[in-house]
Amino acid sequence: MDLTLTDDQAAVVELFSSFFARESSPAVVRASEALGFAPMLWARLQALGAGAISVGESFGGGGAGLLDAALAVEQAGRHLAPVPLVEHIVTSRLLERVGAADELAGVLERGDPVSLALRPVATTAHLLPGGAVVPTFAALTGERLVLVRSEAPGVPTPNGSGLAVADRSVVDGAPLARGASAVGAHSTAVDEWRLLTAAMLVGLADAALEIGVAYVSERHQFGVPIGSFQAIQHGLAEFPGPVSGARLLVARAAWRADHDENDRLPVDASMALLFATELARSVTSRVLHYHGGYGVMEEYDIQLHYRRARGWPAQLGDPAAELDRVARLLYGPSGGR
Amino acid sequence: MDFARDPAILAFQEEVRAVLAEHLTTDVLERVDATGTHHDWGLHRAIAARGWLAAALPRELGGQGRGADQLAALFREVELAGAPYDGMANTMMVAFVLGHLGSAFQRAEVLAPLLAGDAIPCLGYSEPDSGSDVAAAATSAVRTGDGWTITGQKMFTSLAEEARWAFLLTRTNQDVPKHRGLTFFLVPMDDPRVEVRPVRTLSGKRTNITFYDGVHVGDEWRVGEVDDGWQVMLVALAFERGVAGGVSDITALYDAALAHLRDAVDDDGRHLLDDPHVRSRLVRVAIDKEVAELLGDRAAWAAVNGIPNQEGAEAKLFGTEAFGRAAGALLDALGPAGLLVHAALDAPAGGTLEHAYRYAPILTTAGGTSEIQKNLIAERTLGLPRRR
Repeated sequence: MDLTLTDDQAAVVELFSSFFARESSPAVVRASEALGFAPMLWARLQALGAGAISVGESFGGGGAGLLDAALAVEQAGRHLAPVPLVEHIVTSRLLERVGAADELAGVLERGDPVSLALRPVATTAHLLPGGAVVPTFAALTGERLVLVRSEAPGVPTPNGSGLAVADRSVVDGAPLARGASAVGAHSTAVDEWRLLTAAMLVGLADAALEIGVAYVSERHQFGVPIGSFQAIQHGLAEFPGPVSGARLLVARAAWRADHDENDRLPVDASMALLFATELARSVTSRVLHYHGGYGVMEEYDIQLHYRRARGWPAQLGDPAAELDRVARLLYGPSGGR
Repeated sequence: MDFARDPAILAFQEEVRAVLAEHLTTDVLERVDATGTHHDWGLHRAIAARGWLAAALPRELGGQGRGADQLAALFREVELAGAPYDGMANTMMVAFVLGHLGSAFQRAEVLAPLLAGDAIPCLGYSEPDSGSDVAAAATSAVRTGDGWTITGQKMFTSLAEEARWAFLLTRTNQDVPKHRGLTFFLVPMDDPRVEVRPVRTLSGKRTNITFYDGVHVGDEWRVGEVDDGWQVMLVALAFERGVAGGVSDITALYDAALAHLRDAVDDDGRHLLDDPHVRSRLVRVAIDKEVAELLGDRAAWAAVNGIPNQEGAEAKLFGTEAFGRAAGALLDALGPAGLLVHAALDAPAGGTLEHAYRYAPILTTAGGTSEIQKNLIAERTLGLPRRR
């Protein structure tokens, strides 16, 4: 095992780290809260080729795998980038997976974000991630995988996490695949969403921890920095290990998927999502608390992280459902004996 | 990044497993359980015969020069197998110190029989009034003639009942800051002025209080320079770097719990593994197990690559705390049957989970408490202001 980033991986981290630091500042995140989307940020990401980073080269993509995508979106998560980057990456890969070459070419050419209904849909995709702004999205309806192109409403369903979620009809979707292959391809895409969302949450948690360390080092009470109190120190010292652990869970899962160990992806992805979700929520709530009263003032950034730690994973559903899913995958169905 | 297992490590693991399969018999485990002494001479000599007691020593010092990743693999296998390995751990650590700092006399008289597997040391660090604050040791060593007279008391001197020497931290200077007045000695345990008083602990493991009532040793038994004991301690700690203890115990616990739960039924004949509460608990342990293993691997990788940080502390903190959570949660999952200990014929999983619950507090204490790990992480990883 070697945890050293290859030169290429280090370049991905450097590129996206500086990009998001520059283009997704807290001011940009705040300005995008009403829409849940920063059009200029998206345009610049597209100019970088970020959306196609993990699409095969024969389809005009960057040819990178899930691990590179995870490294990139961790940086997006760190800076709370208000763009449906994870949805775009996994939906593009879904189009590639089902051999929808023309549709994928269209997506790459137009440059608009695409998204994915994470749960099977009857007629309306409820609270579709990016649904307020994406003109195109994929959905599983019945046992058909369809691609819907329709006008985005341009306004999200009001929500507490600054997300561009909105309801969208799938009625006029164009079929991409049907039957077991459609269900399987969709399921893999959702697993990739779990994994890359976990990567986003790792970035969010790590950023929140940094905010916490900086704040408690500066904030003085009783004549000393509050970060000199052991109660505070121990509260923060719990987290570096789990942050690294979550990052490694994500990286190993992505590495395995890139190395044809796809049978592990469902368990790996759910484990990574659940662990990263609980971690991001613990870190953000504790760091917000260490801000005292300032933590609840909108001017302080930590509330941005606190709300998204709840919102990003909630787009899929109750995170506790991941426990049931992993149990089913590892131990068989309940009542199966 | 590359998550493929190194073939050399896999091969080494197989070697270790083969030795354990041959020497870690039911008789050995039953004897450990009955006596509380976590050492078996047959297994220990088998490990010595393969040179693994010198695994950490550089080749030029007569060792095998294995890296932290190989050492971690060795400790992982003995942890997973539930082998009594305290004698091995003590020996490897003291051998590492003597290999680097030992005199010709100590190499001949102590290091050679240690590496041959003929003798083991015990560690005399903690005292009644100094545990985490180990540098506050008060056991005194006073120059008398051409040697030293040692007087004091040590706590948690595990394996003193089997050890030939105590590797003893003493105070040789009262007039300097506490870290600068310490000196290490090897003290023969067969000296009539050494007393070993057994202490049973709640997991059944035996430890000891040891008393040193004016023990006289020659200067040739001093390890390192006078008043330079803290530097000796740092060499000892360097051996442990990358070998985060207690990160594999949760894996053994999970495997034992799952093996039991696959077939277990409650009083009404319902399969425990169909109970959503049981399933959720198992999955949480499964996830923590993966994280603990990854953090352990990372600590070894960081040590091999000379990355100086607190990976070991982070791995130990997470792994041992997770073990405690897991032991409690899995024990609850067994219902009333979880109360049963190994001696009860129908104890679930042979009492493994019940035992784990009593063993957990050792893991979060020995080798540096969770609070000490947090101090290290706060100071060195996070760079927080000086503590108040």
